[in-house]
Amino acid sequence: MEQETLRNLESQAREVRKYTIDTIAHLGVGHIGGACSVVEILTLLYFHEMRVRPADPHWRERDKLVLSKGHAGPALYSTLALKGFFPMDWLQTLNQGGTNLPSHCDRNKTPGIDMTTGSLGQGLSAACGLALANRIDRIDSSYIYAIIGDGETDEGQNWEAAMFAAHNRLSKLIAFTDYNKLQLDGTTEQILDLGDLEGKWRTFGWFVLRCDGHDIGALAAAIVSAKAQSGLPGAMPSMIIMDTIKGKGADFAEGLLTNHNMNVDRATADKAIAALYGEK
Amino acid sequence: MADKEMRAVYTDTLLELAASDDRIMVVEADLMRATGTGPFKEKYPERFVDVGVAEANMVGVSAGLSAAGKIPFAATFGCFASRRVFDQFFLSCAYARLNVKLVGTDPGVSAAFNGGTHMPFEDIALMRAVPDIVVCEPSDPVSLAACVKLLAAHPKSAYLRLHRKAVAPLYATDERFELGKGKVLREGSDALIIALGAIMVPEALKAAEALKAEGIDCCVIDPVWVKPLDGDLILSRAAKVRAVVTAENHQNSNGLGSAVAELLCEHHPMRLERVGVRGEFGEVGTQAWLQKRFGLDAESIAAAVKKALAG
Repeated sequence: MEQETLRNLESQAREVRKYTIDTIAHLGVGHIGGACSVVEILTLLYFHEMRVRPADPHWRERDKLVLSKGHAGPALYSTLALKGFFPMDWLQTLNQGGTNLPSHCDRNKTPGIDMTTGSLGQGLSAACGLALANRIDRIDSSYIYAIIGDGETDEGQNWEAAMFAAHNRLSKLIAFTDYNKLQLDGTTEQILDLGDLEGKWRTFGWFVLRCDGHDIGALAAAIVSAKAQSGLPGAMPSMIIMDTIKGKGADFAEGLLTNHNMNVDRATADKAIAALYGEK
Repeated sequence: MADKEMRAVYTDTLLELAASDDRIMVVEADLMRATGTGPFKEKYPERFVDVGVAEANMVGVSAGLSAAGKIPFAATFGCFASRRVFDQFFLSCAYARLNVKLVGTDPGVSAAFNGGTHMPFEDIALMRAVPDIVVCEPSDPVSLAACVKLLAAHPKSAYLRLHRKAVAPLYATDERFELGKGKVLREGSDALIIALGAIMVPEALKAAEALKAEGIDCCVIDPVWVKPLDGDLILSRAAKVRAVVTAENHQNSNGLGSAVAELLCEHHPMRLERVGVRGEFGEVGTQAWLQKRFGLDAESIAAAVKKALAG
């Protein structure tokens, strides 16, 4: 990736993070941890990788994303708003009665959301269905992306989908694990150890890569590899395991064991946002 | 018309639809040989998916297919189609306002030798609670073919309770069906029997015949659809009789009997008896033995009619 592109994406990611924090602070409470840990990948996908049309969100040949960890909705809403899918002021309506931006992603309410999620473990199966439909319809240009959480990986349905995607050689499916090592009740190691996560996906037949999930250049390189692999004979679905930090960039939440869902007041948020831009 | 395997009707109808609509797909979870959809796989291999013994993924993949515009008919035994994947169906299909037809085969005592583990007496109860979906249980080959076509044309998720075995036709081949509309199989002035599905509708007709010999004149309705229930039709016939009896191959709470009870209580309070399984789990046996065991037969229906009429 060219340095200028990278700098632009990094600055875009800062904006996405700013609005993510701001959106949650406006409401006063939210899933700040898991939203902040996926900011870089969402920015990279929507501002660099994905072929989408904000004015035509249902364009059949678009790339699609299933954010299976639906509670990270505020980060995706900030990304979609900045991309122009809907007005920025919608962000202030998060979780208010009648909003188009519910805490968990809803394909019927929010322009740009490709799949309704919120009950963990279901998104990867839907992504498989989307990838399979594209194959049937010979829409070869479209990639299906999915982001699953590390805690969410506890759900058995992911592993049903993992076998299915590999068996059906769904090579246009590129999934990401947000490996921030924390789940609601504690660390993933304490609660249900994921063990050799790379090895697990590899054994299930996937093309597996691992990188720093906050390093946009590294993420972009991983996607380039995954896409190159997808064109090879016998290509498999890809899993990019992103090492991330739950609450990344929200200084009041980052590194906090209990940052899954927390109260965020305005002053705290403003201070965190100022810190993002190097202000004191 | 001779008896016809319901599963063959299901597959033949899907083949017919698929010929002119390339959105139609069949999804199985390692029960293709039971559902009988092999001919669909042969004819349209690309539109047939077998996910293996993974019902949750079957429903999730179907949701994804639907989100891309396909119309998947996903089938497994009714016990798994309802209680095992209830959340997947609820969230990824119904709540997501997608168009997945979930098919639960071997309803109630038709699960026979598979026994209590496989005998859904609660699937209608679960599905009735899901907003904005359609629930139906056709009673014969003609109504089944009609239901499959109506469901395919209805762009919402649905639960089809499918009796797989051979049953005699109850309707003429040119009978017309509508979504949410029931059928009056015989008129009567003393009692109304509302019976659901391929086991209970014929039993209700037998009961009505037996009661006629005793001077009790029964109207019989096949509602076909539990959700939406044809309230207008039921109320129109309820108004002409002294008592109503429901009959379902399912527990007697939260299914057809409860739906009718709600309707009558709100609009036309009157004497009601509900024939169905009374708070018990299933068990093994022949279908005939199980019908006796759980009181899902003409004798039980006739007894319920007499009890209801006696006040």
